[in-house]
Amino acid sequence: MIITKKKDFGDILEYLKGREKVFLFGCNSCAEQCRTGGEREVEEMKRLLGEEGKEVTGSSVVDETCYNMLIKREFKRKEAAASSDAILVLACGAGVRTVAENTDDGTPVLPALDTLFLATVERYGRFFEGCSLCGECVLGETAGVCPHTYCPKGLLNGPCGGMDGGRCEVDLENGCAWIDIYRRLKAQGRLHVLKRISPPKDHSKDLTRPRKVVLDRGVRGGA
Amino acid sequence: MKALKSKLDSKEFAVTAEICPPRGTDTSVFMDKARLLKGTVDAANVTDNQRAVMRLSSLACSLLLMREGIDPVFQMTCRDRNRLAIQSDIMGAFVLGIRNILALTGDHVSFGDHREAKAVFDIDSVQMVDVISKLNGGTNMKGTPLNGRTDLFIGAVVAPEADPWEPEMIKFEKKIEAGARFFQTQAFYDMHTFRGFFEYAAQFDVKILGGILLLKSAKMAHFLNKNVPGVNVPQHLIDELESSENQLETGIRIAARQLKELKTFCHGAHIMAIGQEESVVKIIEEAQ
Ligand code: SF4
Ligand code: SF4
Repeated sequence: MIITKKKDFGDILEYLKGREKVFLFGCNSCAEQCRTGGEREVEEMKRLLGEEGKEVTGSSVVDETCYNMLIKREFKRKEAAASSDAILVLACGAGVRTVAENTDDGTPVLPALDTLFLATVERYGRFFEGCSLCGECVLGETAGVCPHTYCPKGLLNGPCGGMDGGRCEVDLENGCAWIDIYRRLKAQGRLHVLKRISPPKDHSKDLTRPRKVVLDRGVRGGA
Repeated sequence: MKALKSKLDSKEFAVTAEICPPRGTDTSVFMDKARLLKGTVDAANVTDNQRAVMRLSSLACSLLLMREGIDPVFQMTCRDRNRLAIQSDIMGAFVLGIRNILALTGDHVSFGDHREAKAVFDIDSVQMVDVISKLNGGTNMKGTPLNGRTDLFIGAVVAPEADPWEPEMIKFEKKIEAGARFFQTQAFYDMHTFRGFFEYAAQFDVKILGGILLLKSAKMAHFLNKNVPGVNVPQHLIDELESSENQLETGIRIAARQLKELKTFCHGAHIMAIGQEESVVKIIEEAQ
């Protein structure tokens, strides 16, 4: 799940300076679960903007705001979406981007949220980062603990000198990722994996932007 | 004075000390400190934006030491440069005449004075040692032949008191496999544990320089125990400092004692005195 948090309302008002008619998009998936962009939050935003004298021309809480077809449909259904001074999106950055794809260049599409990370849902309302989407998964060599995500330095060959009694120098509340990896590999009888020198990461796999995946038709089961 | 490598190669006890570049371009104090160390130590390490605090370049300061007749150990962390910058700066150091290099991970930017910075860590310390080996071998890290190779004495760091110990030793061995030839250890205060590490390390063809961190006061000892990972000052040393008239003098005596003991079995010592270079001279004299 993609974790988002609300931007400061003052910053949103700053974005909307001089724009009186505002259309809102929410998202019924991740942002709903993060309590940042579901029905409740969209209603709340309507009220807050109303108090500031803005006219909310309409709103849509889409099942998945990052889904182009769904957004396209909303623009067909709701004429106000295309004729407002600005569109405010209560969804992750990909959601904002998808809405922007569907507007003419002259309409500002603005984010109401900051997009943080891809998470494991520990339980409702408790999220922790699981993966940094690096494009070349090494979990097979690191016993399921991601060094790019759990080691603040993203090291690939073991703990740094700052490791302190199994804890991480950057935040002593956190365990050192490499001690966790070591313990698990040891328990699995696979310490030889840790003893191999890991080569530098191939950043061409994650730094070439934007990233794109197109499945072929057979896989898509397409028409 | 023999350069660090030939001294270690000839099985003589080598002493290095650490010197920190200035926070600005006025090098007069830095050079005064360097002159103090000249003739006293075999080489001086120049720290690279230590604790992630921005200072004058370690490469430039290494060159200044060299001009003064001191053999520099050019420290390079993985925090501030990507793999292109690392390789070109290493070759740059070599053409300027620098012969010793120490590869370190580097403290995280969150400790320093530029907390908003992007920490690079494009490669890690094991990989950096491997990169230097490749440059020594005449290719870049991609295997492409170089027009002129480097010939650097490659050093790295190890924490002899790391807890847990095994993963640190695995990393130590990886650094050796990658081509590290000398190690300057993190500061330690328990000679017994250190001897254990040294015996373990004896199976490899590498030189070990035991890390001595000058305790300037009991207050500093408490601070280290509380704030610096992996450093553990035992109570009896804290007591010794607390009960003394002049704590700095006592700290120097403690360091000299460590140095004296290291001389009986180790390959060398690395003295860290954090701004107290005149004390380094005293420590060395007292350990004669
Ligand atoms: S290595 Fe880590 S960041 Fe990369 S894909 Fe695997 S879990 Fe994600
Ligand atoms: S202590 Fe461990 S997790 Fe923290 S930065 Fe160092 S290696 Fe990474």
